[in-house]
Amino acid sequence: MELKELIQQKLKDNFTEASFEFSEFRNELSVKLNKKYILQVCKFLKENSDLEFLLCEDITAVDWATRKNRFTVVYHIFSIKNNFRLVLKSDVDESESIIDSVSSVWKTSDWQERECYDMYGIRFNNHPDLRRIYMPEEFEYHPLRKDFPLMGIPGSLPLPKK
Amino acid sequence: MDRLTKDDIQPKILQKLLEDSDITIEDALENEMILNMGPQHPATHGVLRLLLRLDGETVINCVPDVGYLHRGYEKMAENMSYYEFIPHTDRLDYLSPIANNVAWVLAVEKLAGIEVPVRAQYIRMMIAELARIASHLVAIGSFAMDVGALTVFLWTLREREKIMDVWDILCGARFTNSYTRIGGVANDAQPEALALVKKFIDEIDDNLSECESLLNTNRIFIERLDGVGRISKEDALSYGYTGPNLRASGVEFDLRRATPYLQYDKVDFKIPVYQEGDALARYFVRADEVRESAKIVKQCLQLMQPGEIKANLPKSILPQKVEVYSKMEELIHDFMIVNFGINPPVGEVYHAIEGSKGELGFYIVSKGEGHPWKCKIRSPSFIHIQSLPHLVKGHMVSDVVAIIGSIDPIMGEADK
Repeated sequence: MELKELIQQKLKDNFTEASFEFSEFRNELSVKLNKKYILQVCKFLKENSDLEFLLCEDITAVDWATRKNRFTVVYHIFSIKNNFRLVLKSDVDESESIIDSVSSVWKTSDWQERECYDMYGIRFNNHPDLRRIYMPEEFEYHPLRKDFPLMGIPGSLPLPKK
Repeated sequence: MDRLTKDDIQPKILQKLLEDSDITIEDALENEMILNMGPQHPATHGVLRLLLRLDGETVINCVPDVGYLHRGYEKMAENMSYYEFIPHTDRLDYLSPIANNVAWVLAVEKLAGIEVPVRAQYIRMMIAELARIASHLVAIGSFAMDVGALTVFLWTLREREKIMDVWDILCGARFTNSYTRIGGVANDAQPEALALVKKFIDEIDDNLSECESLLNTNRIFIERLDGVGRISKEDALSYGYTGPNLRASGVEFDLRRATPYLQYDKVDFKIPVYQEGDALARYFVRADEVRESAKIVKQCLQLMQPGEIKANLPKSILPQKVEVYSKMEELIHDFMIVNFGINPPVGEVYHAIEGSKGELGFYIVSKGEGHPWKCKIRSPSFIHIQSLPHLVKGHMVSDVVAIIGSIDPIMGEADK
């Protein structure tokens, strides 16, 4: 069985209730799933002996600005065993912008989730140390949101004391 | 110097620093010391700040603090066209700018579905490998300087200077190159540039051996690094290590082999792997990679055939200037692309190349407009800095400097 089919089959068999949506663009397989299952699915993909997605390359989010589920959290994970990259996506709404942290699965996601929190204001459940990473702690906005102006907000960053 | 008090450190950073005990900062300061290293420190390779909690000279805990060079490139990318972002990629990993150019255009081409002529692919491969050599030479030199061997730094920079001379002829800029274009490269590689490359490649083996002879048999160098900053295979993978740092921990993973792009499947090269996972192994991997890259460049020079250096797709990428000046159609396309951008189809792609520090990836979301809806830069240095607390715990303060040097972070890339 081809690997892409195998992944789809395994996910469907092991998580019957999660409704997966599979799509392919430029030969990249991406899976959209309900945010409730993200931690379990990540754990499964990492620990399954046929798949072994040991490397979490990237975690980020996309702000769709006007859509109902405003944010999509995107995970890029890589299986060194199969030389295969998989994209996981999960929608998060603005009113409840919180999702489970996967830092218990991959340690690298600690900072990546912090970056995501800093830039988009998405909170991560059970994150060991959810602080801002680039912006100062007292900064009130989330710069990569589409409603944050490119030129910044005057007065939002306090100048150093003289 | 004034003594550090509670007010000098952010409360949340302090909490993280003292996390594994229930003592207060006043108690802690009785026996221990909190040392602020950086952001302005010659050994932190840029503006990296580390807060170290010390017991005597031993590091108990460490909290890295990044963001001093955050320029918001991801936000800027959302507000400019795909062409306009090419010069900005130079400023990410400023020790191998041309490799970042290659990574960006490859991601855009994957999104837009553009095929690039073979000669342009070989030129890109050649410059990406030369950039890796340049970056590793600086890494080795500054690493040796961090642990006290200054001569090596001067010698490796002398070699790097020769690559800068190649860039000078190739694209007119020595440092911030912006040489690649969507669909190809800016101009064909001149014979003089290729002759310089050939001369450099023929000499690099001997010249690197000369540098190595100062280090590999140097007892002070070896004993300072052997067993320092060790990270196991499992931890390295879990921390998201890629590139030389991962290969020093015994994982044979290289994107040039795993997901071949450009013409990497046509050339023959080895992937250096060391099992120890310590600072010394990371140095050995880099030195070996310089030789392997030189081998790839040599093969590129042989395999490179005369031909087009830019795809001829006037509707999707900027046409050649000669045609713009002589044909009406091309002039119109040029005008449209300059004003409205290349409008790739709706979709999202992630493309990563094996950069000199590790996996350098670009994630682009397009809504079919001239500018990306979202651009995420997956920078290896950011990921590697994250593991610093794990690496430095239990080591001496002076080892911290060696460990930072061994993972070779570049703050321009880590802070984006």
